Amino acid sequence: MGGDSDLNKKQIKFLQRLASEIRTYIIRMNCYANSGHPGGALSSAEIITYLFHKELNFSLCNYRDPERDRFILSKGHSCMVLYAALAQKGFFGIEEFRKLRKVNSILQGHPDRLKTPGVEFNSGSLGQGFSFALGCALGGKLTMKKFRVYVLLGDGELNEGQVWEGFMFGAFYKLDNLVAIVDYNKYQSDDLCSNVTALEPLADKFKAFGWNVLRINGHNFKEIARAFRNAKNRKGKPTVILADTIKGKGISFMENNPKWHGSLAPQGEEKKCAFQECGCDDINL
Amino acid sequence: MMTMREAFGKVLVELGSIRDDFVVLDADVAGGTGTNIFRDKFPDRFIQCGIAEQNMMSVAAGLSSIGIIPIVTCYGVFASMRALEQARNSIAYPNFNVKIVASHLGLDVGPDGPTHQAIEDIAIFRSIPNFRIISPADPFELKKAFTVMLDIQGPFYFRTGRSPIPFIFNDDIDFRLGKGVLVRKGNDITIIAVGVMVSRAIEAAEKLKNKRIHCRVINMSTLKPIDKKIIINSAVKTRAFVTAEDHNVKGGLGSAVSEVLSQHCPCPIEFVGIKDTFAESGEPGSLAEKYGLTSSHIIKAVERVIRRKKKENIK
Repeated sequence: MGGDSDLNKKQIKFLQRLASEIRTYIIRMNCYANSGHPGGALSSAEIITYLFHKELNFSLCNYRDPERDRFILSKGHSCMVLYAALAQKGFFGIEEFRKLRKVNSILQGHPDRLKTPGVEFNSGSLGQGFSFALGCALGGKLTMKKFRVYVLLGDGELNEGQVWEGFMFGAFYKLDNLVAIVDYNKYQSDDLCSNVTALEPLADKFKAFGWNVLRINGHNFKEIARAFRNAKNRKGKPTVILADTIKGKGISFMENNPKWHGSLAPQGEEKKCAFQECGCDDINL
Repeated sequence: MMTMREAFGKVLVELGSIRDDFVVLDADVAGGTGTNIFRDKFPDRFIQCGIAEQNMMSVAAGLSSIGIIPIVTCYGVFASMRALEQARNSIAYPNFNVKIVASHLGLDVGPDGPTHQAIEDIAIFRSIPNFRIISPADPFELKKAFTVMLDIQGPFYFRTGRSPIPFIFNDDIDFRLGKGVLVRKGNDITIIAVGVMVSRAIEAAEKLKNKRIHCRVINMSTLKPIDKKIIINSAVKTRAFVTAEDHNVKGGLGSAVSEVLSQHCPCPIEFVGIKDTFAESGEPGSLAEKYGLTSSHIIKAVERVIRRKKKENIK
């Protein structure tokens, strides 16, 4: 999957194009639904792109296979980024985007494993997807399976006590088949994380909890690739990747503006601007 | 006499030797829930989660997604309240095959006091879609019910208990999910009881025979889905009910029975249970006396409801 050598320019360009398409899909879904959480979906576009197109042993052909890799979006409110990647992988057509958050849709406001093919867990209540992922990783060890488990958390999500119960649990059971990625965009629902509670020093906290800690630029594919490679080679410890990102990345007026956490969608001029910036000509929804 | 948690530990070990598809999760209360004997025999299938029930519930969902059956064990208060939202969103909503087994229920908990006396758990789990609730009445029924539950897919909340209780049944007892068990025949009134209250209901029925009151006694060991048929048939036969539970009278067995009766065949009903109050520390027997959970309290309730039934007949 990930390979041993660094990504070449061509590969990076290809991944960038996919990430850009994911951003377009996010904005389309956001506008169709006229609600949703664009900020944290946009900030994790590169991480999700790399996972679904490079890292995970997960596709339409094997998504029910017990040996598949698992990806869990613990920050479930960012589900538009997951739906975008699943559509790229052929799990459903992009026409489903129109029904997001509407009655009788396969695309719920937060992920639902029983409604959406390719979704592993009904996340959205923060902290629970992380513990669920720990359960998957422990289950993999108990049944001697080779699959790996990847879980994406939000930074605001780390306010939840359950997450720290989980960090103790993961280190205790030496879940080196699990990688947690923190989409560290510095903003949570209302404000900057640093104005809400004392998250920092995050890397030190993870280290103190006994995890292999990596810090990267979460928009840089080379760094993402190296981090996943490092995680794979680290035995006896679970890995957490602290990925510095920009909330609302790619849409200028959404960047670093907590207003765009959710739940809202761009209107009028903003909508036009958003479509232009993610390279989509057709703004007719 | 035997405690339900002891019976639970025994059946775990017994089943552990013949099947390897389940694991036991514990929140540092293995001595309290009876899982310690399983831990000693099957250390590799015993998952210590520490005093972190919320993580434990969601971890169980993850294990279940891999095809392992997780038996999540802790005290009723923590299973039904501390980690309730995890039970709902990680287990019930995605419909994972997780079995939650709770000890320490009601005033049967005794001296530890109200922090550890779960008097709301039936009401809580009854209101969560996909959860089914089993509460056996003695160690024999517990063994059968637990074994049956393991083979039924989906989320369950299974109640054991802390203090010694008398044997009611024997090894021949049959358990069928969703079926109430008729334990005494009678045509004057129906007593529907659950858990520790079943033996007290039988005791009350025996004593009432001397007063020429013949009670039909039902052990409602499946609280959800509740056995509508046996309730309706009993209503036709006796036209009066008493429910008995070591649980708040609000939202528990009494409410579940009332829901069926009011919809299908309204008739007089009296509730024996905890009267919407926190109790206190004390031996289970003393607490039952003070808070209205003994066989004498059931007898009084039966007499009250029979008076009401007679009045209705005159009308």
